[in-house]
Amino acid sequence: MKPAIKTGPLILLIVVCLLIFLSGYQAFYHAADREVGIKRGLDIAGGLYVLLEAVETGDQELDEDAIERAITVIRMRVDELGVAEPIIAAQGDNRIRIELPDLEDVEQARNIIGRTALLKFIGPDDVEILTGANLIRARAERNPEATPYPYVSLEFDQEGARIFAEATGKFLNQPIAIVLDDEVISAPIVRAVITDGKATIEGNFDFEEAANLALLLRSGSLPVELRELESRLIGPTLGQRTEEVAVYAAGIGLILVILFMIIYYRVAGVIAGVALIFYLSLVLWALNYLPTTLTLPGIAGLILSIGMAVDANVIIFERIKDELRSGRTLRSAMESGFQRAFRAILDANVTTLIVTIVLFSLASGPVRGFAVTLFIGIICSMFTAIVLTRLLMRLTFKAGLIRSGAYVGVKV
Amino acid sequence: MINFIGNRRKAYILSSILVLASLISLAINGLNLGIDFTGGTVLHLNLGEDFSMEEIEAVIAPFEEVQGATIQIVRGRDLSGELTDEGLVLKAPYIEESRRDALMAAFRDRWPKLDPADLRIESVGAVVGGELTRQALLSLAVAIVLMVAYITFRFEFMFALATIAALLHNIIIVIGVFSILRMEINVPFVAAILTVFGYSVNDTIVIFDRIRENIKHKRKSDYAEVVNQSINQSLMRSINTSLTTLFVLIALLFGFIYYIGSVDLVVFVVALILGVIIGTYSSIFVASPLWLNLQDLKFRKAGRKAA
Repeated sequence: MKPAIKTGPLILLIVVCLLIFLSGYQAFYHAADREVGIKRGLDIAGGLYVLLEAVETGDQELDEDAIERAITVIRMRVDELGVAEPIIAAQGDNRIRIELPDLEDVEQARNIIGRTALLKFIGPDDVEILTGANLIRARAERNPEATPYPYVSLEFDQEGARIFAEATGKFLNQPIAIVLDDEVISAPIVRAVITDGKATIEGNFDFEEAANLALLLRSGSLPVELRELESRLIGPTLGQRTEEVAVYAAGIGLILVILFMIIYYRVAGVIAGVALIFYLSLVLWALNYLPTTLTLPGIAGLILSIGMAVDANVIIFERIKDELRSGRTLRSAMESGFQRAFRAILDANVTTLIVTIVLFSLASGPVRGFAVTLFIGIICSMFTAIVLTRLLMRLTFKAGLIRSGAYVGVKV
Repeated sequence: MINFIGNRRKAYILSSILVLASLISLAINGLNLGIDFTGGTVLHLNLGEDFSMEEIEAVIAPFEEVQGATIQIVRGRDLSGELTDEGLVLKAPYIEESRRDALMAAFRDRWPKLDPADLRIESVGAVVGGELTRQALLSLAVAIVLMVAYITFRFEFMFALATIAALLHNIIIVIGVFSILRMEINVPFVAAILTVFGYSVNDTIVIFDRIRENIKHKRKSDYAEVVNQSINQSLMRSINTSLTTLFVLIALLFGFIYYIGSVDLVVFVVALILGVIIGTYSSIFVASPLWLNLQDLKFRKAGRKAA
């Protein structure tokens, strides 16, 4: 005699499944949104990562204060570029780490942040007249009637104007070199005494270059020379294409896994599929709301975890099948299967958790991000298998949808 | 029931050959380390139109530092399969910032359609590269120590030893394959190796859990049978889990090869696929039989002491 399908548990089961699908759908579309969704690392969102090291140059002391001032200057430059969430931080004693996500023009940003930008006016006798320290204004301008090239107009403070007036008087009809970072940009001949503290830098540059130069001059020169240790520029399109492919592959992988589970474990396989969708939405919500950044290895780890998340289910189902084969009733086989599987699931996952915790504490950069993603994945998959799969199995059994071993793939 | 334990000698021989071949290749060929380890500069550019190798060489000819750089043509596709990327990957020793700008300017001059949003320019100085290697090795060592502690606490010391032996076996073989094939490795490879690490241990522990359970109230002389029975009981789980994991990884592999054409990501996924296959193999054929042999050793030693 076969027990009939019971409507009460069945309705409950359907409601639970619907809620899971809804939550999965919500989680996916929320996470996929590049604006409000999961925070993407530079390798996906595109952007700039630079690690700089302050170099001892002799005339500048290398101390904490110098690094702090250098960071302030870089921050001013970055702010002028209009970057949404810049990270500019000291690392160790003499390093500065800069992360600028979501940049359209990564190369321009790279060219601006590391430049010392020490501006000097040098007389024909090789004596320094003025530096950028006396500058109060710098702007890129264009005057098509006078010259086809854009130029940078400068304005000095009072002291600067006084010194400049003196110097232009002294070097009338001689060249004054405008030098940026030891490179002569232009060396105009002084035609008249300049008393209003205004000057221009002309050179063979386009408007963007002139604007960049003006930006550098406005934000002041760096107090120390910075040497590049590492720089990674990733354009937004490349990262986006990679993300699309990964999501696409994840979808196909997900379908394959669910199909396999259903073919092999029948009704239990359907439960595993539902649990897998729940697992994914759990992970996506967690990634959304925890302060984590998803990197490319992280996405791959996540996709890998789709395959591994069913592992706990596989362990449970195989246990239940064992118990059934040893002659238990369906109900007691399910209960003892869960109990026996629990220890294996716990130990296997805790050892993997240890790896992620070690990585998180010792590694840096993308590997660290990867560890966080994997950690979240493991916790979520354990929770799903132990709580949700069990709940769904019980409901399915109560609803009369599992009636014999054949329903979970045991050959009778 | 399949007789895994009776045939363990064959598995040991196969594993020894694989490990030995890996070690020999590592000693002779070493590893093809990418810029993340050695320092260097990589440009991945989308030139926006067709190009030939000769044209590239003409553009880079004035730049001494990129002589001897490896140049690769990559073709990416969008999701409808349309070719979108006329890509070029250039790997060179470290190029200084100002020279990099000059090189980019030369490319822009020749290919004005070069897409500023679809590019990757990565430069790593030699100092940072060395730090990465140290960091990776340190992580590995610390993780192993902690794992031995946990497994000893939950099981016993011989289980921990067998797990770690199988784990090192897996990692050596995966790294060995990369050495033999001369595939370039970078940061993602480190992440992949660490994942293989986690996966292998996970896989082994599930079988060990069975042994731990079945061994209760059994005499020493029955251990061989118990281990064999435990492997057989866990067999379907081992196979099914590696299959589901391989499904997603293979989907990812095809995606990256077909649509992106970038080598770094492919290397990452290949390492994972290799790791899953070898990890599954070693849990069944190496870790469990090895535990049995370690037990034998222990008992023999104890026996000698008693006598």
